[in-house]
Amino acid sequence: MRLIEVRDLQKVYRVGVETIRALNGVDLRIERNDFIAIMGSSGSGKSTLMNMLGCLDRPTSGTYLLNGKDVSHMGAAELARVRNEEIGFVFQSFELLPRQTALENVELPLVYAKGGWRDRRPRALAALALVGLSDRVHHRPNQLSGGQRQRVAIARAILNRPSILLADEPTGNLDSATTVEILAIFRKLHDDGQTIIIVTHEDEVAAHCDRVVRLRDGKVISDLPILEDSAGRHRGGSGAKGSLEHGALGAC
Amino acid sequence: MLNPLFWYQAIALAFSQIWANKSRAFLTALGIIVGVASTTSVIAALTGLKSKVLTQFESVGASKVFIFPNRPDDKPRNLYPWEKVRLKIEEARALRDECESIRAITPITEVGLEVEAGDRKIEGLSVTGIWPDWHEIQNRSVTSGRPFTNIDESNERQVCLVNDDAIKELHLPTDAVGQFINLGGRRFLIVGVIETVQSRFFGLNTSSAEIFIPFSVAEKFQPRDYFLRIEALLKSPELADEGTAEMRWILRKARGIPAGDTESFQVEAIDRFIQQFKTLAAGITAIAGGIVGISLLVGGIGIMNIMLVSVSERTREIGLRKAVGATPNAILLQFLLEAITLCLVGGFVGLACGRLIAYGLTKIPDAQLDEANIPLWAVVLAFAFSAGTGLIFGMFPAIKAARLDPIEALRHE
Ligand SMILES: Nc1ncnc2c1ncn2[C@@H]1O[C@H](COP(=O)(O)OP(=O)(O)O)[C@@H](O)[C@H]1O
Ligand SMILES: [Mg+2]
Repeated sequence: MRLIEVRDLQKVYRVGVETIRALNGVDLRIERNDFIAIMGSSGSGKSTLMNMLGCLDRPTSGTYLLNGKDVSHMGAAELARVRNEEIGFVFQSFELLPRQTALENVELPLVYAKGGWRDRRPRALAALALVGLSDRVHHRPNQLSGGQRQRVAIARAILNRPSILLADEPTGNLDSATTVEILAIFRKLHDDGQTIIIVTHEDEVAAHCDRVVRLRDGKVISDLPILEDSAGRHRGGSGAKGSLEHGALGAC
Repeated sequence: MLNPLFWYQAIALAFSQIWANKSRAFLTALGIIVGVASTTSVIAALTGLKSKVLTQFESVGASKVFIFPNRPDDKPRNLYPWEKVRLKIEEARALRDECESIRAITPITEVGLEVEAGDRKIEGLSVTGIWPDWHEIQNRSVTSGRPFTNIDESNERQVCLVNDDAIKELHLPTDAVGQFINLGGRRFLIVGVIETVQSRFFGLNTSSAEIFIPFSVAEKFQPRDYFLRIEALLKSPELADEGTAEMRWILRKARGIPAGDTESFQVEAIDRFIQQFKTLAAGITAIAGGIVGISLLVGGIGIMNIMLVSVSERTREIGLRKAVGATPNAILLQFLLEAITLCLVGGFVGLACGRLIAYGLTKIPDAQLDEANIPLWAVVLAFAFSAGTGLIFGMFPAIKAARLDPIEALRHE
């Protein structure tokens, strides 16, 4: 069973008399442990697709199977549960709660979880250790740098061990050195088996991924693996191997 | 469905939200604070007054009945001349002989007499004529000597009872029994001494020197058509309605008042006064309740307003919480809890102020409010009303927050 299977996804917005087809028949298949970049110019529908994949929004038509479950017709409460258990979000502007410490921010998904709240401390600490922030556990967001804030946000996103980690322009607010650090964390998570989807318009970011999906006017115009050589960057062996498999899939 | 961590963080967040916006929270909750403080202090004052008045009534005796003449207001005065309206000793006798529900009865009349004891002489001291039942009705027995008997009354014996204050004023020896004093020029033997009762009723000291003589003797000092009133004791307080009805029937018969005609006398059971007072107190309490209702309404609108502000200020936070899996219900509950917490804190502060005011009331001299305190039911009610206000007025903002679209919310500036 595929992790994600999207068929003929449409999202139509009506603004006054105008009809905007933000997504105009998107087909997409994503396997477990994929590391995908979604690219495209501004207004091409990246964020809309992202919201759809993250179960924040429902499509106008089409189907979206997540882990074999059709989530395209779920109610708000059901979608919230799916988001809590299956999805981890990383946003461009971090979205940390300003009055809470890093630890409390990371624990937030467990507030709304069915179980797991009992061992929230060790889990949140482990997630913070994974992003290299063990020494900033009790700092508040305004006491952290941009890169550190985004690392807290990543720790929060992976806390519930989601099926997918969705990141919308995660490095958009960061300088290039910090961008590299954040991408290294994504790479590490991917190596640990995490499925990751990053929305970006930067080629350097996309080059860190294994597969690039390009959108234009709400349609997928290309879906290709990034090969080790063409990217020209150092990769872990497993990542390279994975990308070849995905490339084959994307072609069919 | 929602785990304990949710409840813990929601309540902690509610308090931290108040703490972070202290002055705003205070101004918002002011309506509730003032409402709760004023209502609870009014209730405290009423409660204190009520227990004071009721104990005073009860010390008089719940089964006591007063009878006095009463000229009807709605009739021409010449139809009811005083000699017709005034109570007569025959009527007291008729009640004593015919009324089944009374245990004791006495007519009471006061006559101003010159009192002489040795070389002490007091002009115009009020001397009271009574039947022996008076001891039981007033619950005043003798501390030395003997009480009045029916023989004193029927033989018109020139005997008297004096109280401690009278003994002091007349410079009589402490054990005055057996002494003679002159009342209105006649020699009276003191047969008994009665205690001076401290019957302070609303600050009025009603008794000082008191001298009592048999009613039949007092009558002889009185002019024609003198004033007398009657006091009686029912066999039990439950007989208040039945007993007064019976007495009225006997008096109507004695006066020949036809059915349907207005009575020229009044029969009042103490129990009735107690009931009237309780009704009055309940009425005032209800009015105080109404005031709290209005002030909570005003306070509630403030709460709603501030919660709407809070929802709009924290739109992005709501969006994020939804993104990490908060259901609409969880968001709803979170904001409701915040509104309720704010109101409860307001109610608590209001209650503390009310308590302080109630304490202040007990310190006012002669106000008869020294028993003022906020009863438990008022405390419970104050919290219940506060929480209810939070629930009702927090509902609309909470629903608004719960319905926010997560994408829109996250895009909010
Ligand atoms: N809530 C909305 N109402 C109307 N139009 C929208 C809404 N959200 C997105 N759009 C439109 O849909 C198109 C795709 O938007 P988006 O997915 O945000 O693009 P991207 O993220 O690729 O820049 C744009 O033309 C945008 O104006
Ligand atoms: Mg976008």
